[in-house]
Amino acid sequence: MEVSIEINGVEQTHDVEPRMLLVQYIREVAGLTGTNIGCDTSSCGACTVLLNGESIKSCTVLAAQVQGMNIQTIEGLADEDGTLHPMQQAFHECHALQCGYCTPGMVMASVSLVEKNTSITENDVREGLEGNLCRCTGYHNIVKAVLQASGTSS
Amino acid sequence: MIPAKFDFVQVDTVDAALEALKEHGDEAKLIAGGHSLLPLMKFRLANPAVIVDINRLDDLKYVRDSGDHLSIGALTRHCDIEKNEMISSNAGVLAKATHNVGDPQVRHRGTIGGAIAHGDPASDIPSALLALKATLVVNGPEGEREINVDDFFTGFLETDLSDDEMLTEIRVPKLPDATWSFQKFNRRAQDWAIVGTSVVCGENHIGVGLVNMHSVPFRSEAVESALLAGASAEEAAEHAAEGTEAPTDLNASRDYREHLARVLVRRGIQEAGR
Ligand SMILES: Cc1cc2nc3c(=O)[nH]c(=O)nc-3n(C[C@H](O)[C@H](O)[C@H](O)COP(=O)(O)OP(=O)(O)OC[C@H]3O[C@@H](n4cnc5c(N)ncnc54)[C@H](O)[C@@H]3O)c2cc1C
Ligand code: FES
Ligand code: FES
Repeated sequence: MEVSIEINGVEQTHDVEPRMLLVQYIREVAGLTGTNIGCDTSSCGACTVLLNGESIKSCTVLAAQVQGMNIQTIEGLADEDGTLHPMQQAFHECHALQCGYCTPGMVMASVSLVEKNTSITENDVREGLEGNLCRCTGYHNIVKAVLQASGTSS
Repeated sequence: MIPAKFDFVQVDTVDAALEALKEHGDEAKLIAGGHSLLPLMKFRLANPAVIVDINRLDDLKYVRDSGDHLSIGALTRHCDIEKNEMISSNAGVLAKATHNVGDPQVRHRGTIGGAIAHGDPASDIPSALLALKATLVVNGPEGEREINVDDFFTGFLETDLSDDEMLTEIRVPKLPDATWSFQKFNRRAQDWAIVGTSVVCGENHIGVGLVNMHSVPFRSEAVESALLAGASAEEAAEHAAEGTEAPTDLNASRDYREHLARVLVRRGIQEAGR
Protein backbone atom coordinates (compact mmCIF):
# COMPACT_ATOMS: atom_id res chain seq x y z
CA MET A 1 0.00 0.00 0.00
CA GLU A 2 1.08 3.61 -0.58
CA VAL A 3 1.96 5.39 2.64
CA SER A 4 2.72 9.13 2.70
CA ILE A 5 4.28 10.59 5.82
CA GLU A 6 5.81 14.01 6.32
CA ILE A 7 9.17 13.40 7.96
CA ASN A 8 11.14 16.44 9.16
CA GLY A 9 9.09 18.66 6.88
CA VAL A 10 9.59 16.54 3.75
CA GLU A 11 6.66 14.55 2.40
CA GLN A 12 7.64 10.96 1.59
CA THR A 13 5.49 8.48 -0.30
CA HIS A 14 6.48 4.83 -0.51
CA ASP A 15 4.83 1.58 -1.41
CA VAL A 16 5.16 -0.60 1.69
CA GLU A 17 3.53 -3.63 3.28
CA PRO A 18 0.78 -2.85 5.83
CA ARG A 19 2.82 -4.70 8.44
CA MET A 20 5.81 -2.35 8.14
CA LEU A 21 6.60 -0.71 11.47
CA LEU A 22 7.08 3.04 11.56
CA VAL A 23 10.65 2.64 12.79
CA GLN A 24 11.49 0.51 9.73
CA TYR A 25 9.86 3.05 7.46
CA ILE A 26 12.00 5.78 8.99
CA ARG A 27 15.26 3.82 8.93
CA GLU A 28 15.04 1.55 5.93
CA VAL A 29 12.70 3.32 3.53
CA ALA A 30 13.31 6.99 4.33
CA GLY A 31 16.97 6.24 5.11
CA LEU A 32 17.06 8.21 8.36
CA THR A 33 19.13 5.97 10.61
CA GLY A 34 19.43 8.37 13.54
CA THR A 35 16.42 6.68 15.14
CA ASN A 36 17.62 3.47 16.78
CA ILE A 37 16.00 0.15 17.54
CA GLY A 38 16.93 -1.15 20.98
CA CYS A 39 14.50 -3.62 22.50
CA ASP A 40 11.90 -3.74 19.70
CA THR A 41 9.30 -4.37 22.44
CA SER A 42 8.34 -0.79 23.44
CA SER A 43 10.42 -0.84 26.61
CA CYS A 44 13.65 1.07 25.96
CA GLY A 45 12.63 4.26 24.15
CA ALA A 46 15.56 4.22 21.66
CA CYS A 47 13.07 4.46 18.79
CA THR A 48 11.26 7.53 20.18
CA VAL A 49 10.21 10.10 17.56
CA LEU A 50 7.62 12.86 17.59
CA LEU A 51 4.23 12.21 16.00
CA ASN A 52 2.39 15.50 15.48
CA GLY A 53 4.74 16.93 18.13
CA GLU A 54 4.30 14.21 20.77
CA SER A 55 6.75 11.46 21.74
CA ILE A 56 5.89 7.92 20.66
CA LYS A 57 7.77 4.63 20.35
CA SER A 58 8.02 4.01 16.61
CA CYS A 59 8.61 0.25 17.07
CA THR A 60 5.02 -0.07 18.28
CA VAL A 61 3.23 1.87 15.54
CA LEU A 62 2.53 0.77 11.98
CA ALA A 63 3.68 3.12 9.23
CA ALA A 64 0.19 2.78 7.75
CA GLN A 65 -1.36 4.12 10.97
CA VAL A 66 0.37 7.50 10.56
CA GLN A 67 -0.52 8.00 6.89
CA GLY A 68 -0.72 11.75 6.25
CA MET A 69 0.72 12.68 9.63
CA ASN A 70 3.81 14.52 10.67
CA ILE A 71 6.92 12.86 12.12
CA GLN A 72 10.02 14.53 13.51
CA THR A 73 13.22 12.56 14.08
CA ILE A 74 16.58 13.51 15.57
CA GLU A 75 17.77 14.55 12.09
CA GLY A 76 15.08 17.20 11.99
CA LEU A 77 16.05 19.02 15.18
CA ALA A 78 19.12 21.08 14.27
CA ASP A 79 18.88 24.17 12.05
CA GLU A 80 19.92 23.85 8.44
CA ASP A 81 23.21 25.66 9.16
CA GLY A 82 24.03 22.99 11.75
CA THR A 83 23.14 25.01 14.85
CA LEU A 84 22.02 22.46 17.40
CA HIS A 85 18.55 22.47 18.94
CA PRO A 86 18.73 23.74 22.56
CA MET A 87 18.08 20.20 23.82
CA GLN A 88 20.93 18.78 21.72
CA GLN A 89 23.21 21.63 22.84
CA ALA A 90 22.36 20.94 26.49
CA PHE A 91 23.07 17.20 26.11
CA HIS A 92 26.43 18.17 24.57
CA GLU A 93 27.32 20.66 27.29
CA CYS A 94 26.21 18.48 30.22
CA HIS A 95 27.98 15.37 28.93
CA ALA A 96 24.61 13.60 28.86
CA LEU A 97 25.74 10.79 26.60
CA GLN A 98 28.45 8.18 26.52
CA CYS A 99 27.93 5.46 23.90
CA GLY A 100 25.09 7.52 22.42
CA TYR A 101 22.77 4.65 21.60
CA CYS A 102 19.89 5.90 23.72
CA THR A 103 20.53 9.54 22.83
CA PRO A 104 18.28 10.15 19.80
CA GLY A 105 15.30 8.67 21.65
CA MET A 106 16.25 10.40 24.89
CA VAL A 107 16.51 13.79 23.15
CA MET A 108 13.18 13.38 21.32
CA ALA A 109 11.40 12.26 24.51
CA SER A 110 12.91 15.26 26.33
CA VAL A 111 11.81 17.72 23.63
CA SER A 112 8.23 16.45 23.95
CA LEU A 113 8.40 16.51 27.75
CA VAL A 114 9.65 20.09 27.97
CA GLU A 115 7.11 21.20 25.37
CA LYS A 116 4.28 19.89 27.56
CA ASN A 117 5.57 21.28 30.88
CA THR A 118 6.38 24.94 31.21
CA SER A 119 7.85 24.80 34.72
CA ILE A 120 9.45 21.41 34.94
CA THR A 121 11.08 20.02 38.11
CA GLU A 122 13.81 17.43 38.49
CA ASN A 123 11.18 14.93 39.56
CA ASP A 124 9.06 15.66 36.47
CA VAL A 125 12.10 14.97 34.30
CA ARG A 126 12.93 11.69 36.03
CA GLU A 127 9.34 10.54 35.84
CA GLY A 128 8.83 11.88 32.32
CA LEU A 129 11.80 9.90 31.01
CA GLU A 130 10.72 6.62 32.61
CA GLY A 131 10.18 5.14 29.16
CA ASN A 132 13.79 5.69 28.07
CA LEU A 133 16.60 3.46 29.28
CA CYS A 134 20.27 4.44 29.32
CA ARG A 135 22.88 1.82 30.17
CA CYS A 136 25.82 4.22 30.39
CA THR A 137 25.26 7.57 32.04
CA GLY A 138 23.40 6.77 35.25
CA TYR A 139 20.88 9.44 34.13
CA HIS A 140 22.21 12.32 36.29
CA ASN A 141 23.68 14.28 33.41
CA ILE A 142 20.65 13.60 31.23
CA VAL A 143 18.40 15.10 33.90
CA LYS A 144 20.77 18.04 34.20
CA ALA A 145 20.68 18.60 30.45
CA VAL A 146 16.90 18.53 30.24
CA LEU A 147 16.61 21.01 33.11
CA GLN A 148 19.20 23.25 31.45
CA ALA A 149 17.39 23.17 28.11
CA SER A 150 14.07 23.93 29.80
CA GLY A 151 15.62 26.96 31.45
CA THR A 152 14.76 25.77 34.95
CA SER A 153 18.20 24.62 36.14
CA SER A 154 19.93 26.64 38.82
CA MET B 1 10.19 -8.21 14.98
CA ILE B 2 7.64 -7.98 12.26
CA PRO B 3 4.04 -9.14 12.52
CA ALA B 4 2.66 -11.75 10.12
CA LYS B 5 0.95 -10.43 6.99
CA PHE B 6 -2.48 -8.83 7.21
CA ASP B 7 -4.75 -6.56 5.23
CA PHE B 8 -5.16 -3.02 6.51
CA VAL B 9 -8.46 -1.19 6.44
CA GLN B 10 -8.81 2.38 7.62
CA VAL B 11 -12.22 3.66 8.68
CA ASP B 12 -13.41 7.03 9.85
CA THR B 13 -16.90 6.35 11.17
CA VAL B 14 -18.36 3.89 13.68
CA ASP B 15 -20.65 2.56 10.95
CA ALA B 16 -17.71 1.86 8.65
CA ALA B 17 -15.89 0.08 11.48
CA LEU B 18 -18.94 -2.08 12.21
CA GLU B 19 -19.35 -2.78 8.50
CA ALA B 20 -15.73 -3.97 8.28
CA LEU B 21 -16.17 -6.18 11.34
CA LYS B 22 -19.31 -7.67 9.85
CA GLU B 23 -17.60 -8.36 6.56
CA HIS B 24 -14.51 -10.05 8.02
CA GLY B 25 -15.97 -11.71 11.12
CA ASP B 26 -13.44 -13.27 13.49
CA GLU B 27 -10.63 -12.74 10.95
CA ALA B 28 -10.60 -9.04 11.81
CA LYS B 29 -9.29 -7.05 14.75
CA LEU B 30 -9.79 -3.38 15.50
CA ILE B 31 -6.63 -1.43 16.20
CA ALA B 32 -6.80 1.69 18.38
CA GLY B 33 -3.48 2.75 19.96
CA GLY B 34 -2.07 -0.65 19.05
CA HIS B 35 -0.08 -0.78 22.29
CA SER B 36 -1.54 -4.09 23.38
CA LEU B 37 -2.34 -5.59 19.99
CA LEU B 38 0.91 -4.84 18.12
CA PRO B 39 3.21 -6.35 20.78
CA LEU B 40 1.10 -9.55 20.60
CA MET B 41 1.27 -9.53 16.79
CA LYS B 42 5.04 -8.98 16.82
CA PHE B 43 5.42 -12.05 19.02
CA ARG B 44 2.97 -13.81 16.67
CA LEU B 45 0.66 -14.48 19.59
CA ALA B 46 -2.10 -12.83 17.57
CA ASN B 47 -2.36 -13.16 13.79
CA PRO B 48 -5.45 -11.33 12.56
CA ALA B 49 -5.95 -11.47 8.78
CA VAL B 50 -7.44 -7.99 8.71
CA ILE B 51 -6.63 -4.95 10.82
CA VAL B 52 -9.28 -2.25 11.03
CA ASP B 53 -7.68 1.03 12.07
CA ILE B 54 -10.08 3.15 14.15
CA ASN B 55 -7.57 5.86 15.13
CA ARG B 56 -9.24 8.42 12.95
CA LEU B 57 -12.65 8.15 14.61
CA ASP B 58 -12.29 11.65 16.01
CA ASP B 59 -15.97 11.51 17.03
CA LEU B 60 -14.98 9.03 19.75
CA LYS B 61 -12.30 11.25 21.33
CA TYR B 62 -14.04 13.27 24.05
CA VAL B 63 -14.76 13.75 27.73
CA ARG B 64 -18.22 15.22 28.37
CA ASP B 65 -20.23 16.24 31.38
CA SER B 66 -23.53 14.34 31.13
CA GLY B 67 -25.19 15.45 34.37
CA ASP B 68 -24.75 12.69 36.92
CA HIS B 69 -21.94 11.03 35.00
CA LEU B 70 -19.02 11.76 32.68
CA SER B 71 -19.04 10.28 29.19
CA ILE B 72 -15.66 9.33 27.77
CA GLY B 73 -15.22 8.38 24.11
CA ALA B 74 -13.53 5.00 23.62
CA LEU B 75 -10.75 6.49 21.47
CA THR B 76 -9.70 9.03 24.11
CA ARG B 77 -5.99 8.59 24.73
CA HIS B 78 -4.47 7.98 28.16
CA CYS B 79 -2.59 11.33 28.00
CA ASP B 80 -5.86 13.20 27.47
CA ILE B 81 -7.51 11.43 30.42
CA GLU B 82 -4.75 11.73 33.01
CA LYS B 83 -4.74 15.54 32.67
CA ASN B 84 -8.47 16.11 32.19
CA GLU B 85 -9.81 18.50 34.81
CA MET B 86 -13.37 17.04 34.80
CA ILE B 87 -12.02 13.54 35.37
CA SER B 88 -9.55 14.63 38.08
CA SER B 89 -12.28 16.38 40.06
CA ASN B 90 -15.10 13.84 39.60
CA ALA B 91 -13.37 10.49 39.19
CA GLY B 92 -9.82 11.14 40.42
CA VAL B 93 -8.93 7.48 40.72
CA LEU B 94 -9.29 7.05 36.94
CA ALA B 95 -6.92 9.96 36.25
CA LYS B 96 -4.38 8.53 38.69
CA ALA B 97 -4.62 4.95 37.41
CA THR B 98 -4.24 6.21 33.85
CA HIS B 99 -1.20 8.29 34.80
CA ASN B 100 0.34 5.05 36.07
CA VAL B 101 0.08 3.30 32.71
CA GLY B 102 3.49 2.68 31.14
CA ASP B 103 5.35 5.88 30.21
CA PRO B 104 4.54 9.14 28.37
CA GLN B 105 5.13 7.57 24.94
CA VAL B 106 2.70 4.73 25.73
CA ARG B 107 0.14 7.22 27.06
CA HIS B 108 0.41 9.30 23.87
CA ARG B 109 -0.87 6.28 21.89
CA GLY B 110 -2.92 3.98 24.12
CA THR B 111 -6.67 4.53 24.45
CA ILE B 112 -9.13 3.85 27.25
CA GLY B 113 -11.28 1.73 24.93
CA GLY B 114 -8.32 -0.44 23.94
CA ALA B 115 -7.27 -0.88 27.57
CA ILE B 116 -10.77 -2.13 28.46
CA ALA B 117 -11.50 -4.20 25.34
CA HIS B 118 -8.16 -6.01 25.72
CA GLY B 119 -9.50 -7.46 28.99
CA ASP B 120 -6.10 -7.75 30.62
CA PRO B 121 -6.31 -8.47 34.39
CA ALA B 122 -2.90 -6.76 34.77
CA SER B 123 -4.15 -3.46 33.36
CA ASP B 124 -4.53 -0.55 35.76
CA ILE B 125 -7.52 1.10 34.11
CA PRO B 126 -10.21 -1.58 34.63
CA SER B 127 -9.56 -1.55 38.40
CA ALA B 128 -10.50 2.14 38.50
CA LEU B 129 -13.63 1.55 36.40
CA LEU B 130 -14.68 -1.35 38.66
CA ALA B 131 -14.18 0.78 41.77
CA LEU B 132 -16.16 3.62 40.18
CA LYS B 133 -18.86 1.18 38.94
CA ALA B 134 -18.71 2.45 35.41
CA THR B 135 -21.03 1.55 32.54
CA LEU B 136 -19.75 0.65 29.08
CA VAL B 137 -21.54 1.47 25.84
CA VAL B 138 -21.15 -0.99 22.99
CA ASN B 139 -22.30 -0.63 19.37
CA GLY B 140 -23.08 -3.50 17.04
CA PRO B 141 -25.33 -4.54 14.19
CA GLU B 142 -28.33 -4.54 16.55
CA GLY B 143 -27.61 -0.98 17.65
CA GLU B 144 -26.36 0.21 21.01
CA ARG B 145 -26.33 -1.60 24.34
CA GLU B 146 -25.10 -0.67 27.79
CA ILE B 147 -23.23 -3.06 29.99
CA ASN B 148 -22.21 -2.84 33.59
CA VAL B 149 -18.41 -3.04 33.84
CA ASP B 150 -18.89 -5.87 36.37
CA ASP B 151 -20.33 -8.07 33.62
CA PHE B 152 -17.85 -7.13 30.90
CA PHE B 153 -14.79 -9.24 31.70
CA THR B 154 -15.60 -12.88 31.04
CA GLY B 155 -12.24 -14.67 31.04
CA PHE B 156 -8.50 -14.16 30.59
CA LEU B 157 -8.24 -11.56 27.77
CA GLU B 158 -11.90 -12.24 27.02
CA THR B 159 -14.81 -9.89 27.22
CA ASP B 160 -18.52 -9.76 26.56
CA LEU B 161 -17.86 -8.03 23.19
CA SER B 162 -18.75 -10.17 20.19
CA ASP B 163 -16.73 -10.16 16.97
CA ASP B 164 -19.04 -7.65 15.29
CA GLU B 165 -19.25 -5.15 18.15
CA MET B 166 -17.15 -2.24 19.31
CA LEU B 167 -16.86 -0.27 22.49
CA THR B 168 -17.83 3.36 21.93
CA GLU B 169 -18.23 5.07 25.30
CA ILE B 170 -17.37 4.72 28.98
CA ARG B 171 -19.69 6.32 31.54
CA VAL B 172 -18.36 7.01 35.02
CA PRO B 173 -20.54 8.37 37.81
CA LYS B 174 -19.56 11.83 39.03
CA LEU B 175 -18.37 11.50 42.63
CA PRO B 176 -16.77 14.88 43.39
CA ASP B 177 -16.99 14.34 47.16
CA ALA B 178 -15.71 10.77 47.23
CA THR B 179 -12.25 10.05 48.56
CA TRP B 180 -10.10 7.59 46.65
CA SER B 181 -6.71 5.98 46.28
CA PHE B 182 -4.77 4.16 43.59
CA GLN B 183 -1.94 1.88 44.71
CA LYS B 184 0.44 0.03 42.42
CA PHE B 185 3.36 -2.18 43.32
CA ASN B 186 5.97 -2.82 40.63
CA ARG B 187 9.72 -3.19 40.39
CA ARG B 188 10.61 -0.50 37.86
CA ALA B 189 8.93 2.83 37.12
CA GLN B 190 7.35 1.94 33.77
CA ASP B 191 6.41 -1.66 34.63
CA TRP B 192 2.99 -3.24 34.82
CA ALA B 193 1.60 -3.77 38.31
CA ILE B 194 2.57 -6.93 40.18
CA VAL B 195 -0.55 -6.06 42.17
CA GLY B 196 -2.55 -2.85 42.28
CA THR B 197 -5.80 -1.51 43.65
CA SER B 198 -8.29 1.29 43.15
CA VAL B 199 -10.37 2.30 46.16
CA VAL B 200 -13.28 4.75 46.06
CA CYS B 201 -15.26 5.77 49.17
CA GLY B 202 -18.22 8.08 48.72
CA GLU B 203 -21.36 8.77 50.70
CA ASN B 204 -23.34 5.98 49.03
CA HIS B 205 -20.51 4.39 47.18
CA ILE B 206 -17.81 1.92 48.19
CA GLY B 207 -15.75 0.38 45.40
CA VAL B 208 -12.55 -1.69 45.50
CA GLY B 209 -10.96 -2.94 42.25
CA LEU B 210 -7.88 -5.18 42.07
CA VAL B 211 -5.15 -5.38 39.42
CA ASN B 212 -3.49 -8.69 38.52
CA MET B 213 -5.17 -10.75 41.25
CA HIS B 214 -7.40 -12.96 39.11
CA SER B 215 -7.93 -14.19 35.56
CA VAL B 216 -10.03 -11.05 34.98
CA PRO B 217 -9.99 -7.53 36.45
CA PHE B 218 -11.56 -8.16 39.85
CA ARG B 219 -13.87 -6.18 42.13
CA SER B 220 -13.46 -7.18 45.76
CA GLU B 221 -16.97 -7.48 47.12
CA ALA B 222 -15.53 -9.02 50.29
CA VAL B 223 -13.61 -5.84 51.16
CA GLU B 224 -16.53 -3.65 50.12
CA SER B 225 -18.99 -5.51 52.39
CA ALA B 226 -16.58 -5.37 55.31
CA LEU B 227 -16.29 -1.60 54.88
CA LEU B 228 -20.05 -1.22 54.58
CA ALA B 229 -20.42 -3.19 57.81
CA GLY B 230 -18.14 -0.69 59.55
CA ALA B 231 -14.83 -2.56 59.53
CA SER B 232 -11.59 -0.61 59.98
CA ALA B 233 -9.05 -0.38 57.14
CA GLU B 234 -6.95 -3.14 58.74
CA GLU B 235 -9.94 -5.45 59.22
CA ALA B 236 -11.42 -4.86 55.78
CA ALA B 237 -8.07 -5.32 54.01
CA GLU B 238 -7.72 -8.80 55.52
CA HIS B 239 -10.42 -9.85 53.02
CA ALA B 240 -8.52 -8.51 49.98
CA ALA B 241 -7.52 -11.90 48.56
CA GLU B 242 -10.89 -13.54 49.13
CA GLY B 243 -12.40 -15.04 45.99
CA THR B 244 -9.27 -14.37 43.90
CA GLU B 245 -7.09 -16.86 42.09
CA ALA B 246 -3.96 -14.81 41.63
CA PRO B 247 -1.41 -15.99 39.06
CA THR B 248 2.09 -17.17 39.91
CA ASP B 249 4.78 -15.88 37.52
CA LEU B 250 8.40 -14.70 37.48
CA ASN B 251 7.53 -11.58 39.46
CA ALA B 252 5.54 -13.12 42.28
CA SER B 253 3.96 -16.26 43.65
CA ARG B 254 0.26 -16.46 44.35
CA ASP B 255 0.91 -16.23 48.11
CA TYR B 256 3.03 -13.13 47.70
CA ARG B 257 0.37 -11.50 45.52
CA GLU B 258 -2.24 -12.23 48.19
CA HIS B 259 -0.02 -10.58 50.76
CA LEU B 260 0.51 -7.57 48.49
CA ALA B 261 -3.24 -7.25 47.92
CA ARG B 262 -3.86 -7.07 51.67
CA VAL B 263 -1.12 -4.48 52.17
CA LEU B 264 -2.10 -2.32 49.18
CA VAL B 265 -5.81 -2.42 49.93
CA ARG B 266 -5.11 -1.38 53.53
CA ARG B 267 -2.97 1.52 52.32
CA GLY B 268 -5.62 2.42 49.78
CA ILE B 269 -8.43 2.52 52.33
CA GLN B 270 -6.25 4.52 54.69
CA GLU B 271 -5.29 6.99 51.99
CA ALA B 272 -8.96 7.35 51.12
CA GLY B 273 -9.43 8.29 54.77
CA ARG B 274 -11.69 5.47 55.95
C1 LIG C 1 5.55 -0.65 27.11
C2 LIG C 1 4.12 -0.72 27.53
C3 LIG C 1 3.81 -0.57 28.87
C4 LIG C 1 2.49 -0.62 29.30
N1 LIG C 1 2.25 -0.47 30.64
C5 LIG C 1 0.98 -0.55 31.07
C6 LIG C 1 0.70 -0.40 32.46
O1 LIG C 1 1.59 -0.19 33.29
N2 LIG C 1 -0.59 -0.48 32.86
C7 LIG C 1 -1.61 -0.68 31.97
O2 LIG C 1 -2.75 -0.71 32.39
N3 LIG C 1 -1.38 -0.79 30.65
C8 LIG C 1 -0.12 -0.74 30.19
N4 LIG C 1 0.13 -0.87 28.84
C9 LIG C 1 -1.00 -1.10 27.92
C10 LIG C 1 -1.60 0.19 27.44
O3 LIG C 1 -2.46 0.69 28.42
C11 LIG C 1 -2.39 0.02 26.16
O4 LIG C 1 -2.48 1.27 25.59
C12 LIG C 1 -3.80 -0.47 26.34
O5 LIG C 1 -3.83 -1.65 27.07
C13 LIG C 1 -4.43 -0.81 25.01
O6 LIG C 1 -4.92 0.33 24.38
P1 LIG C 1 -4.71 0.53 22.83
O7 LIG C 1 -5.55 1.68 22.46
O8 LIG C 1 -3.28 0.60 22.52
O9 LIG C 1 -5.38 -0.81 22.27
P2 LIG C 1 -5.02 -1.74 21.02
O10 LIG C 1 -3.73 -2.41 21.21
O11 LIG C 1 -5.24 -0.99 19.77
O12 LIG C 1 -6.21 -2.80 21.17
C14 LIG C 1 -6.23 -3.75 22.21
C15 LIG C 1 -7.38 -4.72 21.98
O13 LIG C 1 -8.63 -4.05 22.14
C16 LIG C 1 -9.39 -4.10 20.92
N5 LIG C 1 -10.00 -2.76 20.80
C17 LIG C 1 -9.37 -1.56 20.81
N6 LIG C 1 -10.26 -0.56 20.79
C18 LIG C 1 -11.49 -1.14 20.76
C19 LIG C 1 -12.83 -0.62 20.74
N7 LIG C 1 -13.08 0.69 20.76
N8 LIG C 1 -13.85 -1.51 20.72
C20 LIG C 1 -13.61 -2.86 20.72
N9 LIG C 1 -12.38 -3.40 20.74
C21 LIG C 1 -11.32 -2.54 20.76
C22 LIG C 1 -8.42 -4.46 19.84
O14 LIG C 1 -9.04 -5.16 18.80
C23 LIG C 1 -7.42 -5.32 20.58
O15 LIG C 1 -7.89 -6.63 20.69
C24 LIG C 1 1.44 -0.83 28.37
C25 LIG C 1 1.74 -0.97 27.01
C26 LIG C 1 3.06 -0.92 26.59
C27 LIG C 1 3.35 -1.07 25.13
S1 FES D 1 13.05 -0.14 20.26
FE1 FES D 1 11.15 0.84 20.54
S2 FES D 1 11.06 1.05 22.67
FE2 FES D 1 12.89 -0.12 22.43
S1 FES E 1 24.66 6.79 26.48
FE1 FES E 1 24.91 4.64 26.22
S2 FES E 1 22.89 3.94 26.52
FE2 FES E 1 22.71 5.98 27.06
